[in-house]
Amino acid sequence: MDFKLKIWRQASPDDKGKFVDYDVHNISSDASFLEMIDILNDELVEKGEDPVAFDHDCREGICGMCSMFINGHPHGPEAATTTCQLHMRKFKDGETIVIEPWRAKPFPVIKDLIVDRSAFDEIIQAGGYISVTTGGVPDANAIPIKKENADLAMDAAACIGCGACVAACKNASAMLFVSAKVSQFALLPQGKVEAKDRVKAMVAKMDELGFGNCTNTYACEAECPKEISITNIARMNRQFIGAKLG
Amino acid sequence: MTKIDSKIPEGPLAQKWTHYKEHQKLVNPANKRKIDIIVVGTGLAGGAAAASLGEMGFNVKVFCIQDSPRRAHSIAAQGGINAAKNYPNDGDTVYRLFYDTVKGGDYRGREANTYRLAEVSNNIIDQLVAQGVPFAREYSGYLANRSFGGAQVSRTFYARGQTGQQLLLGAYGALSKEIKRGSVKLYTRREMLDLVIMKDGRARGIIVRNLFTGKLERYSAHAVLLATGGYGNLYFLSTNAMTSNGSAAWRAYKRGAWFANPCYVQIHPTCIPVHGDYQSKLTLMSESLRNDGRIWVPKKKEDAEKIRKKEIRPRDIPEEDRDYYLERRYPAFGNLVPRDVASRAAKERCDAGYGVGTGQAVFLDFKEAIARLGKDVIKARYGNLFDMYERITDDNPYETPMMIYPAVHYTMGGLWVDYELQSNIPGLFVGGEANFSDHGANRLGASALMQGLSDGYFILPYTMQNYLADQITVGTIPSDTPEFEQAEKDVQARIEKLMSINGKETVDYFHKKLGRIMWDHAGMARNREGLEEGIKMIQELRKEFWENVRVPGNPNGINIELEKALRVADFLELGELLARDALHREESAGGHFREEYQTPEGEALRNDKDFMYVAAWEYQGDDKEPKLHKEPLVYENIEVKTRNYKTA
Repeated sequence: MDFKLKIWRQASPDDKGKFVDYDVHNISSDASFLEMIDILNDELVEKGEDPVAFDHDCREGICGMCSMFINGHPHGPEAATTTCQLHMRKFKDGETIVIEPWRAKPFPVIKDLIVDRSAFDEIIQAGGYISVTTGGVPDANAIPIKKENADLAMDAAACIGCGACVAACKNASAMLFVSAKVSQFALLPQGKVEAKDRVKAMVAKMDELGFGNCTNTYACEAECPKEISITNIARMNRQFIGAKLG
Repeated sequence: MTKIDSKIPEGPLAQKWTHYKEHQKLVNPANKRKIDIIVVGTGLAGGAAAASLGEMGFNVKVFCIQDSPRRAHSIAAQGGINAAKNYPNDGDTVYRLFYDTVKGGDYRGREANTYRLAEVSNNIIDQLVAQGVPFAREYSGYLANRSFGGAQVSRTFYARGQTGQQLLLGAYGALSKEIKRGSVKLYTRREMLDLVIMKDGRARGIIVRNLFTGKLERYSAHAVLLATGGYGNLYFLSTNAMTSNGSAAWRAYKRGAWFANPCYVQIHPTCIPVHGDYQSKLTLMSESLRNDGRIWVPKKKEDAEKIRKKEIRPRDIPEEDRDYYLERRYPAFGNLVPRDVASRAAKERCDAGYGVGTGQAVFLDFKEAIARLGKDVIKARYGNLFDMYERITDDNPYETPMMIYPAVHYTMGGLWVDYELQSNIPGLFVGGEANFSDHGANRLGASALMQGLSDGYFILPYTMQNYLADQITVGTIPSDTPEFEQAEKDVQARIEKLMSINGKETVDYFHKKLGRIMWDHAGMARNREGLEEGIKMIQELRKEFWENVRVPGNPNGINIELEKALRVADFLELGELLARDALHREESAGGHFREEYQTPEGEALRNDKDFMYVAAWEYQGDDKEPKLHKEPLVYENIEVKTRNYKTA
């Protein structure tokens, strides 16, 4: 298959950046999207040009690294799919594909398609954990948990921290990401003790870092590669209001 | 000759670790503040160790190659984590977990370390549940278990097919807690390129490259912990993440740390087969699928050929014409034989002409399980894995069997460590996949997560303290010593050399070539002739690399090609050591299968008389052969037998 690519090139955070056109030829329909860029990069290196910088690692859809905006969608047009799990058979031969970095103020572009997502780590550091130290904990089966709750907690915990929710949102809101972590712990007895402090601290940090608010357009849920549900946002809001009142 | 001291404590096996803890030296809380520790890697071993050492009050500097500790490759582990809880009441004990692990490792692991691993496994599960890891539950509210290869009990705890992710996020949470508290300082997008050893022979620091700015940075500490994972990516195609590399361990080796058993590479039986030259990596299908999936190839060669040509579909083959070769050969363990056994059996069938797909694949079939349990149950158990399979292959595994083939997955070899997980260099500790100690020649499924967390939460925080107890009066370690200067200069020179070659071929060209040599000559099956030829080919390729590689751009900033070039340069040396180790080990054991040494039935044939030892290699110089140290393996608590998965 052949494709015309329009890729955002930006040499450094201060550089203005622009789209550059590339053609790739003879791409197998079984190749993944990232393998297609590998092939392009190989050609660029052979010509002595700077390859396109992009984040990627596990290429199994779980590390959350492969952030890029493809034809107007985070991780491309296919639902519930990370970029590394997107295959060229999902595109039409000869198609023009537009590739950009995440665009959100709290995620500054570092180079080409790479953005700085350390804001997510800062939100977790604000309280996205249970403050237990190593050792001295009860036997695992001493804390029975309803299967349904464990499953719901797992649904929320499946978040890979890729930032697609922020990239998809017109307000660059991080509500889906934050609510997933808040919900995981809110659904488990272990997380109850510091639930109020946790939700307040995480929301405050999210606001401080410049993420916008949720206006219920559901774009985050639609674009999330792990299908994290917006019911988590509702749960977080209830938790937050409860914490403020309590 | 340096004597190998593995520091195994005295006393009966089950008391060794307790005895150690009762007698180890401690550092009082006020003094812990005066001690700096460097941790490289934020996977299960590194993340857990950094968090635990931070909790204790030490000053920890933790380094990761990614933008966030949450992306370490431990996150990709799917199936589960073992522990001897015996919640299902099916006869599990600490001893049995220890026994299965030593047997699974083909009696090439260290007894005391392996017993300790089994012993602390139960604490790990308690710790994870307390952290809020959403493990699978029964309707009773209690924890659920499933089985993995090499065991006849259900001792594997899991969080859907994303167990590694959930465990890593647990450790990441613990780490984040300490980062906020200020006991741990996090350095992201840093790659360790050298180890600094002071005049007194102690490891006291590292040189890292800041992957954003390209600048070399120096960090000093009283002790250094490497938890940088395995070196499987030297095969180019593996299940490892793209940036997983062996450079930190290799640089430590070149500074004097011994490298043990590099030839023990695990080939995992259930990977999605290779489908093209452009392919960058392989994807694993969790071993847990073997709980319900049955593995087969056609009994008749002509059927296999028709399937390969797509003239008939797998479902057209009647039951009596299917060869469930694992169930046939290993009735007691069936599809749940250990990974090395399952991998070799798949290769044997494919080499004999019964392979499907490209010829290098076998079926993993859920037809019967779906008929027995219903599609919904299978979906609930493995849904995300089935979806992933379909996304990659465009085949629906609910309707047609999956195709799988073995691929490089995990390296049991690594830096040599003693019982304290300390290398032969004082102050250099090694945890998780980066060390060699617990799995012998083959790792059982669901044991990598166990070892990572056991090292990180429950072993290194104790043993490092024992070392650090007499370091409290040393004071801050300076980073402007001649040793730091020299190490930084060496790294600088290596980078400049790579940038100046300006040859014709890309880094990936060399990496792929190396990977091919490794797979063909030191892969799932090895022999003397092939290994000798492979070593020559690696040497030639290494020479060509240093004359003809092209690294574009400049080193001052993000330069992906330079990053890869540095790693491949190291793989080109490590690959040779791996082949040398495989050549010297004239026996078959676990992941190391020498074709000359097999039983008439094609099973691995160990030579306990001559090879029951750890092979620890010491660097002697670039043009010199490494020196071999042998650590004898003594089994006092286990009867060393031929592995048998045919009968109970």
